[in-house]
Amino acid sequence: MASPMTVSPFAVSPLFGRFTLESLPLHEPIVVATFVAVALGGAALLAALTKFKLWGYLWKEWFTSVDHKKIGIMYMILGIVMLLRGFSDAIMMRLQQAIAFGGSEGYLNAHHYDQVFTAHGVIMIFFVAMPIVTGLMNYVVPLQIGARDVSFPFLNNFSFWMTASGAVLVMMSLFVGEFAQTGWLAMPPLSGIAASPGVGVDYYIWALQIAGVGTLLSGVNLIATIVKMRAPGMSMMKMPIFCWTSLCTNILIVAAFPVLTAVLALLSLDRYAGTAFFTNTLGGNPMMYVNLIWIWGHPEVYILILPMFGVFSEVTSTFSGKRLFGYTSMVYATLVITILAYLVWLHHFFTMGSGASVNSFFGITTMIISIPTGAKIFNWLFTMYRGRVRFELPMMWTVAFMITFTLGGMTGVLLAVPPADFVLHNSLFLVAHFHNVIIGGVLFGAFAAINYWWPKAFGFKLETTWGKRSFWLWVSGFYFAFVPLYVLGLMGVTRRLRTFDDPSLQIWFIIAGFGAFLIALGIAAMLVQFYVSIRDREQLRDVTGDPWNGRTLEWATSSPPPDYNFAFTPVVHDGDAWADMKARGYQRPISGYRPIHMPSNTGTGVILAALSVAFGTGMIWYVWWLAVVSIVGILAVAIGHTFNYKRDFYIPVEDVTRHEDARTTALMGAVA
Amino acid sequence: MSQCSTPAYLAPMPARRPFKRLIAAALLPALLSGCDLVVMNPMGDVAIQQRNLVIFALALMLLIVIPVIALVALFAWRYRASNTDARYEPDWDHSTQLELVIWSAPLLIVIALGAVTWTGTHLLDPYRPLERLDATRPVAAGTKPLQVQVVALDWKWLFIYPEYGIATVNELAAPVDRPIQFRLTSSSVMNAFYVPTLAGMIYAMPSMETNLHAVINKPGNYAGFSANYSGAGFSGMRFRFHGLDDAGFAAWVAQNRKAPLPLSRANYLKLEKPTEKVPVIRFGRVQPGLFDAVVNQCVRPGTTCMSDMMRRDVGDSAAMTHMPGMGMPQRPRPQSPLTTSDAGAAPPAKPADIRQRGPAAPDQSRTPHQKPL
Amino acid sequence: MSEMAGVNRDLFHLPEEPHHPEGSSTMLGFWMYLMSDCLIFAMLFATYGVLGTSYAGGPGPRELFDLPLVALNTSMLLLSSITYGFAMLNMTERRQGPMLAWLAVTGLFGLAFLSIELYEFAHLIHEGAVPQRSAFLSSFFTLVGTHGLHVLFGTIWLVVLMVQVRLKGLIPANCRRLMCLSLFWHFLDVIWIGVFTFVYLMGMLR
Repeated sequence: MASPMTVSPFAVSPLFGRFTLESLPLHEPIVVATFVAVALGGAALLAALTKFKLWGYLWKEWFTSVDHKKIGIMYMILGIVMLLRGFSDAIMMRLQQAIAFGGSEGYLNAHHYDQVFTAHGVIMIFFVAMPIVTGLMNYVVPLQIGARDVSFPFLNNFSFWMTASGAVLVMMSLFVGEFAQTGWLAMPPLSGIAASPGVGVDYYIWALQIAGVGTLLSGVNLIATIVKMRAPGMSMMKMPIFCWTSLCTNILIVAAFPVLTAVLALLSLDRYAGTAFFTNTLGGNPMMYVNLIWIWGHPEVYILILPMFGVFSEVTSTFSGKRLFGYTSMVYATLVITILAYLVWLHHFFTMGSGASVNSFFGITTMIISIPTGAKIFNWLFTMYRGRVRFELPMMWTVAFMITFTLGGMTGVLLAVPPADFVLHNSLFLVAHFHNVIIGGVLFGAFAAINYWWPKAFGFKLETTWGKRSFWLWVSGFYFAFVPLYVLGLMGVTRRLRTFDDPSLQIWFIIAGFGAFLIALGIAAMLVQFYVSIRDREQLRDVTGDPWNGRTLEWATSSPPPDYNFAFTPVVHDGDAWADMKARGYQRPISGYRPIHMPSNTGTGVILAALSVAFGTGMIWYVWWLAVVSIVGILAVAIGHTFNYKRDFYIPVEDVTRHEDARTTALMGAVA
Repeated sequence: MSQCSTPAYLAPMPARRPFKRLIAAALLPALLSGCDLVVMNPMGDVAIQQRNLVIFALALMLLIVIPVIALVALFAWRYRASNTDARYEPDWDHSTQLELVIWSAPLLIVIALGAVTWTGTHLLDPYRPLERLDATRPVAAGTKPLQVQVVALDWKWLFIYPEYGIATVNELAAPVDRPIQFRLTSSSVMNAFYVPTLAGMIYAMPSMETNLHAVINKPGNYAGFSANYSGAGFSGMRFRFHGLDDAGFAAWVAQNRKAPLPLSRANYLKLEKPTEKVPVIRFGRVQPGLFDAVVNQCVRPGTTCMSDMMRRDVGDSAAMTHMPGMGMPQRPRPQSPLTTSDAGAAPPAKPADIRQRGPAAPDQSRTPHQKPL
Repeated sequence: MSEMAGVNRDLFHLPEEPHHPEGSSTMLGFWMYLMSDCLIFAMLFATYGVLGTSYAGGPGPRELFDLPLVALNTSMLLLSSITYGFAMLNMTERRQGPMLAWLAVTGLFGLAFLSIELYEFAHLIHEGAVPQRSAFLSSFFTLVGTHGLHVLFGTIWLVVLMVQVRLKGLIPANCRRLMCLSLFWHFLDVIWIGVFTFVYLMGMLR
């Protein structure tokens, strides 16, 4: 059988595959400078870790940890680190588009620019939004349902490291070889081996496939956790709303990610084995890819936004000092959105020549989604109504979200009208729309959540001066960056352009660039906020474990919670379980502790993920021996892991007592 | 027309009045008036109707969006913690009447918008022949639309005028107030054909054919481009669209006819190779049937057209083994498109041999005239 | 939960800690994994449904499929499901020896299935009906091959479990694993019935 080497312009050596020294982008000064900066920073970090002898601590307490809280925090760190990378891509695009006028080619050539916008989309969705969403659910859900951990603690660790492996491959593509130049969904025929013979699309495929394993398993894990591990008394309709939105999100993950896995597998077969699924000839059908990828892609946006709807519900209720208005309709709205998410995918390609009836059907189902979404906005609104709204940072982000997301939702429904989409599809109007809902919804939600649950995770609140600076910079930066894109879309400007002829467009791109600059300052302010908060943690310390007068069970335990979360599993009688307990004069028991059964840490997840990176590298570079060796290694390690039957231990009662007594002392100190 | 004149605020500024620029930049309307929102101000009837739908839909949604945003601001202010005068009801979390309102208000708007969407989508279906030239003039009975065949190439646009036997690269022209029927395809990857002033976009996709009906109502020189990213040369994949009066169009056709270059299969294959920012090329003659050959991936001599291949696929496949030359391919893996020896048919020697695909062809469903779903 | 209805609302903790025994979520979790896997097969079936008649002038099902051979292969897999069932019956009655024997028989049927499938593939490839020939062949090989890979994986898992049962006996963890593999094995059977009907039988009718 002829191998793809015959179609690849690269020579394939048995030892190095198609890797040569030319694969290193030494001729690209920007990349080299980035590499030097990253290498120096990385070396400094490694040296510091070694100097302060932190390797053992990190390995034992974090990398191999099966504690859902630590895994949740690692997901959030991954998301924030990748946000910096994805945002650098955004700044590069804004700069290019602001200067490439009047015959100027800007500073990025097509090869580079096309990678930048592809990487921006892929990173922001898969390695920023997804880790942040998964991290939040991981951290919060078990605490909210009064559980000690998730159903499958080892899988949780493994899932995180697989996601991180995908991120490693994407970062590798920056310095070794290239990334895809296809747009974030890698549509064939452009992503086929004929139009994209390089390693870029292969990096894309394997990064997503490996990260996808993690995403799918963490979806299975969290569903099982929510279904099986709830505290006694917590019926489904007494679950915190964040758990409901998490449940629906994970159902969407389990029911959507296999589609992505399958469609990417078919694309890899086309690229590696020369099959004819999405080819122009031999009976292949590229439209199938478009349909399949959007059958995954549309549920994906709800995977991102639903948990944030949960965050906003918790925040609004807590900071309004009120029960959530319309809990039941909120639950049903979430379920309706979950189901409808599968009935709208075709609205992403009205302009590909579907018939009018098909287009209308998908347009109208899309509009119908706005009904439950609208109901949710009203529910938050009426939660504030007759409340006592405290404008702490999480609530500020929530109000900003409510306004921004309403506007983004409106332009979304507009795009759902097929004839309107014909003139706005693929335009910067569309780009502005989805940034309007993803930044205004997902990112604002993430920031609300970080400010809200940070004191739970670390035992001290986030500093507010820098937090407010970050808030105002982000919000104003968002409007400066994306209102011009709406306008440009109405001027008929399409997305992914590198150079422009019409000089009257430039002012808008300059304003958008200014907006991106404000957002950069907002990100910087947020990092300063973290730094200042950690530095001043003693002043910001919260010993109560309940700094916001919270309503759900995570606020019933200490901050940060002990490994076992709750010394005694709480009994739930009401929707806002912790508010109910407080209202009934709950007294924390201070004796009678028992040993607690917990899962043990394991390094298997890290090893499997590292082998997966090796496997991906082998496949991407056609280093077949490496791929074979690492797949055999993965099988061997996985099988070896199943021979380990001792996966749990008991936290001795003395340890529980010591920890709980410390909390008793701290609480009394706080009262006195 | 669509070319924006350089707005005053971009002109070099007199140093004495720097604040003027600040004021201009701060005022959104001032900025907007400086430029042409072509999507909001198109010159073709189809695009005008689409624009009207955009405005109608926005207005309908603002009916609910403006009150919501106002209420957010109002409640946030009124129920702020420091305002102890406001009522505080911590356990008030349900109201059936209110729930009815918050579910039915968006529902009513979606019903109204859905009805408009259904009719609008059908009336503005790009496959539907035009019935009107503009709001007041119907298309006269028996009017033959101008036929334009569009091929998206890497990275330029080829326009074939079968009635006139001419073709151009990166320049499109049409007489004002005459319906135009576009048939579109692509040579290798997906592109979207978009002239914002004329009509909404439609994808041009390899081995598939899409259609678009439109009319331009006002003479002018307009911008057109690919609206779907198609690789390295995508940014330069732009063309001018000229709306001309009848005399002007006749002159334009005559000018093209004088071009010495013919669009033969050989020349097409040369043109097909990836190039960027290609200036206008004119072809005085066009080999008939070329567009169908492009759709069916059989311009290259010796390749079998997909339509023929599909027609055989529908036939009794068992019988096919008895057709001469219809054995298994000898090469384990055909890298190039099938040669005739693979498929057992004589090469289409003359362009006329390429099956002409009419709209009423009995095997329409088998043609690559693909619609999703 | 209704059992809480009568409980005093001022009760904050139960006197006896509710515990989630290890593996109590395993069957649910594994079931969800199977459903996600089922979705992958659904995509491959859909792909075959769309592309299954695109022969690109190449051979179609009638010339290629050897129905008696595939029927034999189907019986191998169906028999392996029955023998796995016998193994599970022995497991519930804690008879380790017969259980291991039935598992071994199951594994042999699995290997027979794989061998026949490989023979079929080799035969097709030898005739020139390679996956690269047409979209029909691409989707055929991918759908059937993915199922075959699952059977291979199941067989490896089976062997590992047999070793583990020999080492540790029928402890709860091993029984749980055997139940998961049982689900997996029967699931592959169901998928194969879909393949046999949809690909082979209906292919011969085309």
